[in-house]
Amino acid sequence: MSYATTMLGRNFKHTLRNPVAVFNAVLFPIVLLLMFVYVIGGAFDIAGNYVDYATPGMIVLTICYGLSATALAVNSDMTKGIINRFKVMDIPRSAVLSAHVAESMLRTVIAIAALVGVAVTMGFRPAASPLEWLGAIGFVVLISFATTWLTVALGLSAKTPESAGMVSVPLVMLPFLSSAIVPAETMGPGVRQFAEYQPFTPIIETVRGLLAGEPSADSAIVAVIWCVGIALVGYVWSLSTFKKRA
Amino acid sequence: MTSSAITASGLRKAYKDKVVLDGIDLDVAAGTIFSLLGPNGAGKTTTVNVLTTLTKADGGTVRVAGHDVATETRAVRAAIGVTGQFAAVDELLTGQENLQLMADLKRLGSGEGRRVVTDLLERFDLTESAQKMASTYSGGMRRKLDLAMTLVGRPRIIFLDEPTTGLDPRSRRTMWDIIRQLVAEGVTIFLTTQYLEEADRLADRIAVLDQGRLVAQGTPAELKRQIPGGHVRLRFAGDLELDAAARILPDSTRDDEDLILRVPSDGGANSLRALLARLDELSIEVEEFSVHTPDLDDVFLALTGRTNTKVNA
Repeated sequence: MSYATTMLGRNFKHTLRNPVAVFNAVLFPIVLLLMFVYVIGGAFDIAGNYVDYATPGMIVLTICYGLSATALAVNSDMTKGIINRFKVMDIPRSAVLSAHVAESMLRTVIAIAALVGVAVTMGFRPAASPLEWLGAIGFVVLISFATTWLTVALGLSAKTPESAGMVSVPLVMLPFLSSAIVPAETMGPGVRQFAEYQPFTPIIETVRGLLAGEPSADSAIVAVIWCVGIALVGYVWSLSTFKKRA
Repeated sequence: MTSSAITASGLRKAYKDKVVLDGIDLDVAAGTIFSLLGPNGAGKTTTVNVLTTLTKADGGTVRVAGHDVATETRAVRAAIGVTGQFAAVDELLTGQENLQLMADLKRLGSGEGRRVVTDLLERFDLTESAQKMASTYSGGMRRKLDLAMTLVGRPRIIFLDEPTTGLDPRSRRTMWDIIRQLVAEGVTIFLTTQYLEEADRLADRIAVLDQGRLVAQGTPAELKRQIPGGHVRLRFAGDLELDAAARILPDSTRDDEDLILRVPSDGGANSLRALLARLDELSIEVEEFSVHTPDLDDVFLALTGRTNTKVNA
């Protein structure tokens, strides 16, 4: 067993013992989806089946929702004593961080699978071909990878677990101010421009396009550039902060 | 033949313009207990951090288990075990899982790992709580689990940074017994403490650290010879009694304001009986009588001309 998988086992035990994190990661996006489709969505003037519009947005929201648990877990590792033990052992230090990223991504994938399952029972019928499905899954993994590394950096930089809970809030909020729930064109001035230019709009449009079977190369290129950029910043920032603190 | 487990020479460390370690030289023989004694803020933890590869020194060389701390970091880490001031246990794992995690990280095979975990749980009297989350453990149990985790993989050199600070007297004794057992098995122990008594009882050699410098080094007996012995403190009702007592006890030092006389004494029953008999013979009434044994304060006063409390202030 490699060091990282040992650490991954440790992180999984943590997650299973923290039911609030599991609730946030798996149930909350489903509750939101139910609420938007059955309660609020009827008032939106969106062409086609609303569940087909909302589900891709909810997939991206699910990725972001799980992040606060990751920021907290990374931070509590740094602020509690256990990291001091890992630091004086002959194990690669990156194992601690990669385990957090892998655990967070696996948790996200499980949560998204549950969400899509519920969406299908609600009438979600993606028109994607198998190739487009693969593209969508690959892209979702890329978003998760990028945002998780950024979150790890934020969790490492936070001085206390309380502030670590706060640092991920912007990441959780950004999808709400994107085209996740309603198209950006319907938003008020100011908010609309923000929604159009922030990273989550092209990211969500790419997932939506792929699932709808009409991928758009324009938004895909912008989205991939954003993701690679976010991943790079997160990775470099994480390692330098980890070196400083550890 | 005695070989050195830890050697340091000219160790220096400063944080910005605050000098924390100002030229430390150490030599710890393998299979012995070495104690670094000093008040809060003397630089004990910084010394441990440098010796255990956690902090880079600004100057000087350190060899631990024959490896250079700066250039052979991994070899040093593989040879040592460290138990810091704050229990480094994973609170969301059970006692058993914590130990199993260490066994996995030390790459013990699954059979050997299980055996080591069971043995350690038993040895540290944690078998009953093995399936409970470490977050539910008491302070003493956490320290025990912490030390047990350090022992997984049988490190030859163990660093203990104030292992008994904050422990109740019973847990402290248990900890001392465990430390003695380890040395009996041939392990080298580097122990930091604020308590002279602890260093005295456990250590083969003691070094006294004060403001980043070693002010004394030696066996406990050598060190205690450098500090004034204990004394008996007598308080009297008035000047008359104080004068009378001071006349018959010429070695004593008097404090006229508080009506106190300090008489050098080894604190033994015979010398105390003789002292009291002498005062009784001359019918000198003593208001208050107390025996004072040397402590860290006396060591500091003797070695630095300052008391421990002043260092803290």
